[in-house]
Amino acid sequence: MPDLALTKKDFTSDQEVRWCPGCGDYSILSTMQSYLPELGVPRENIVFISGIGCSSRFPYYLNTFGMHSIHGRAPTIASGLAISRPDLTVFVITGDGDSLSIGGNHLIHALRRNVNLKILLFNNRIYGLTKGQYSPTSEKGKITKSTPMGSLDQPFNPISLAIGAEASFVARTVDSDRKHLTQTLRAASAHKGSALIEIYQNCPIFNDGAFDIVKDSDTKEAALLQMVHGQAIKSSTHGLIHAGASLKVVELGSVDESQLVIHDAHNPDPAYAFALSRVSASELDHVPVGIFRDVERDEYGSMVNQQIADVIAKQGAGDLASLLSTGDTWVVD
Amino acid sequence: MTKPVLPLKEVVIRFAGDSGDGMQLTGDRFTMDTASLGNDLSTLPNYPAEIRAPQGTLPGVSSFQLHFADHLIQTPGDAPDVLVAMNPAAMKANIKDLPRGATIIVDADEFTTRNLTKVGYATNPLEDGSLESYDVHAVPLTTLTVAALSGLPLSRKDAERSKNMFALGLLSWLYHRPTEATENFLKAKFSKKPDILEANLIAYRTGWNFGETTEGFAVSYEIAPAKMAPGLYRNITGNIALAHGLIAASQLSGLKLFLGSYPITPASDILHELSKHKKFGVITFQAEDEIAAVGSALGASYGGALGITSTSGPGVALKAEMIGLAVMLELPLIVIDVQRGGPSTGLPTKTEQADLLQAMFGRNGESPVAVIAPSTPSDCFTIALEAVRISTTYRVPVFILSDGYIANGSEPWKIPDIADLPDLHVEFAKTQEGFLPYLRDPQTLARPWAIPGTKGIEHRIGGVEKADKTGEISYDPANHDLMVRARAAKVAGIQVPNLEVDDPSDDAEVLLLGWGSTYGPIASAVNALRENGNKVAQAHLKYINPFPKNLGEVLRKYPKVIVPEMNLGQLAMLLRAEFLKDVIGYNVVRGLPFTTSEIVEATLEVLNA
Repeated sequence: MPDLALTKKDFTSDQEVRWCPGCGDYSILSTMQSYLPELGVPRENIVFISGIGCSSRFPYYLNTFGMHSIHGRAPTIASGLAISRPDLTVFVITGDGDSLSIGGNHLIHALRRNVNLKILLFNNRIYGLTKGQYSPTSEKGKITKSTPMGSLDQPFNPISLAIGAEASFVARTVDSDRKHLTQTLRAASAHKGSALIEIYQNCPIFNDGAFDIVKDSDTKEAALLQMVHGQAIKSSTHGLIHAGASLKVVELGSVDESQLVIHDAHNPDPAYAFALSRVSASELDHVPVGIFRDVERDEYGSMVNQQIADVIAKQGAGDLASLLSTGDTWVVD
Repeated sequence: MTKPVLPLKEVVIRFAGDSGDGMQLTGDRFTMDTASLGNDLSTLPNYPAEIRAPQGTLPGVSSFQLHFADHLIQTPGDAPDVLVAMNPAAMKANIKDLPRGATIIVDADEFTTRNLTKVGYATNPLEDGSLESYDVHAVPLTTLTVAALSGLPLSRKDAERSKNMFALGLLSWLYHRPTEATENFLKAKFSKKPDILEANLIAYRTGWNFGETTEGFAVSYEIAPAKMAPGLYRNITGNIALAHGLIAASQLSGLKLFLGSYPITPASDILHELSKHKKFGVITFQAEDEIAAVGSALGASYGGALGITSTSGPGVALKAEMIGLAVMLELPLIVIDVQRGGPSTGLPTKTEQADLLQAMFGRNGESPVAVIAPSTPSDCFTIALEAVRISTTYRVPVFILSDGYIANGSEPWKIPDIADLPDLHVEFAKTQEGFLPYLRDPQTLARPWAIPGTKGIEHRIGGVEKADKTGEISYDPANHDLMVRARAAKVAGIQVPNLEVDDPSDDAEVLLLGWGSTYGPIASAVNALRENGNKVAQAHLKYINPFPKNLGEVLRKYPKVIVPEMNLGQLAMLLRAEFLKDVIGYNVVRGLPFTTSEIVEATLEVLNA
């Protein structure tokens, strides 16, 4: 890794951060700013592209290239950039409304193509910037400004959705856990292709405490099922065992340690990662965190550029004069 | 016995058949052979939106019209002199367009009771005398083709499929078309299917020989080459000319071409054509939807590529918000709208010019973009170069408004010398201290094109209003007013050539002012009017936003200005708004190009008023 002698300060822009006091976004931003020097990529080769929403202000606060685009469409802009400029490191910053509601289509297609994008999905299970309507990840029955009698929608499970799209890297982490978030960013950066990181993020204004159970020191050890490749998946109190095609949460001690699922993040069959993603839904009593899936698959931009290189190697670079006189031609004297 | 050969000045032929009969291919081949003979020509394919409507039905009729002449022509012709009808449906769908005395060549084998009933003929028009005023040749095309191929190991169905080549051979004999190019074309097309190749060649030659020997055709015709400027020519459609123009612009600017596109009629051929030319470093990205198509193009443009998206009207509607972002980001972007009949799905395979106001104003806020329009198929090449010049110089989205008529229609094109093409080189912002992403060039008012990867100019942009010079987020009222006006002034200040007026006597009372694909029919009508002693002037707008600087002066000079458009008066509305000139609209929206005669009549009405 080249030592660029950059520090967190080098990645911090001069813009005043304008999130609400106590917002989980602060912690994610600070972790990112601390992590970037380690990435070893020159500042000018890093681009953050966001959509619309509270989280999408993120690019303004990083002293790299950045674009705050339009609602839901960041993956499209980022795809065009990453495909045509394979020399760049491109991050997409998005939220649950931005990426799973208005931009759902673009998210799944970026993932299925495996474009080299690192997508950070800040999931606070609420619309914050529009002041508190339910989001596609809000739990069913949620009382919000637009659902005074409770929401009726079945929420998306973002991890299941990404794995359904055959994403090659899918992970979950928590805003306040700097160490875990940094580890996850590190793994995502090392991965060639799309990486989706769901970050549970607290909105102190419109959905405060939504993730307390996985953040509070007295509950999180029991709630978080740690996924570490090659190790048994377990929390301080519970573990996972196979139960037919699915996985089941059991109390530690109720089964022999040897029966616990040993995590294989590189399992090529998405069915395993999908089963992991189904262990938790809206309720957070037992939530797998870490890398669900990290498999090798051809990266889209590389394939696009390779196809061009192959054609040029075989046929030579294009000649404009011969292109223009393609097909049947005739001369008028 | 040698048959007599009569000279003709021009002919309009329409090939019509079932959509599975290969009429587009037949028309294409006849066109290529005609082009190589040196006639001037213009074509109009007309096909259904359904890929394969039920066989033998009216909705399934596909046709291809070709106008060729020993002099310069501008349109595919108002009415066919010759109709080739491969079945009763093709006859029924096209007979109303034929003037009395026209020649009709039909496949008599297809005129069975069943096929006639299918399209509502109570009696057989070949026998009931209803075609008495036409010169009808009822040729058993299917039987003759199958008989000619009897020696080949083919099913009857496969043998029948070569009947279009029999028809092509017959027409090629009738009009003395050279055969070598078509034979070579067939050899290349069916190189891996020797039986099918043999069948097509035999059918083609048998059709030719049939003309030569049958008593049914007493004479054949010759059309001398047209006088055209010396040079190397090819026949080209608008969509191919646009694609090749964009590749040329990429080479001339040194910018990588990135096309983000979603398949849509009638624009898909641009995607198809560009995807063939990877050896020019062209990237084509078939996106998941229209929004992703334009988004990826804008992303590529942000990275320093030539970002282009191609679509039709419904796609433009979906792209609107992203085009607005490009206006705010002040980045180059080219949006190709090959217009079709609307609103909604409308008439996907038919032509129209009703997206002009959508291109001009179809976004939220004050959101100015450049709008230009090609006037003929080959003009699409030049328009592509202009779109790139404007877009990269002024960092602004540019709309190219083509339409189904010129996108699929073709004409001979004098291939330009590469050395004569413009230099489109662009400068990106360089490493510097105190970089200001929204500092404008005093001449063009463009901001720097500052691409990622350039050290020291890292900055953030976005759709939120920008502060002047710094580009930081700004909600300041005075700044917003300043920026809205700056974006408008930048587009208004785009340098475009003056409008040229064709007015030989310089004292015409009436000016015909068109835009886009109506050039051919208007020019053709102007010729006809002048031949009859009428004084009319013609001018054609290629630059619609901004308008040419002398447009106001031109409008003031002519007491009466007729504006023919394939919409309900969209250019007319802009002209009235901008110049307070009460122009006279002539508007037809049938999904078909104007005929020469209807523009002549509309003009005479104004002249004689």
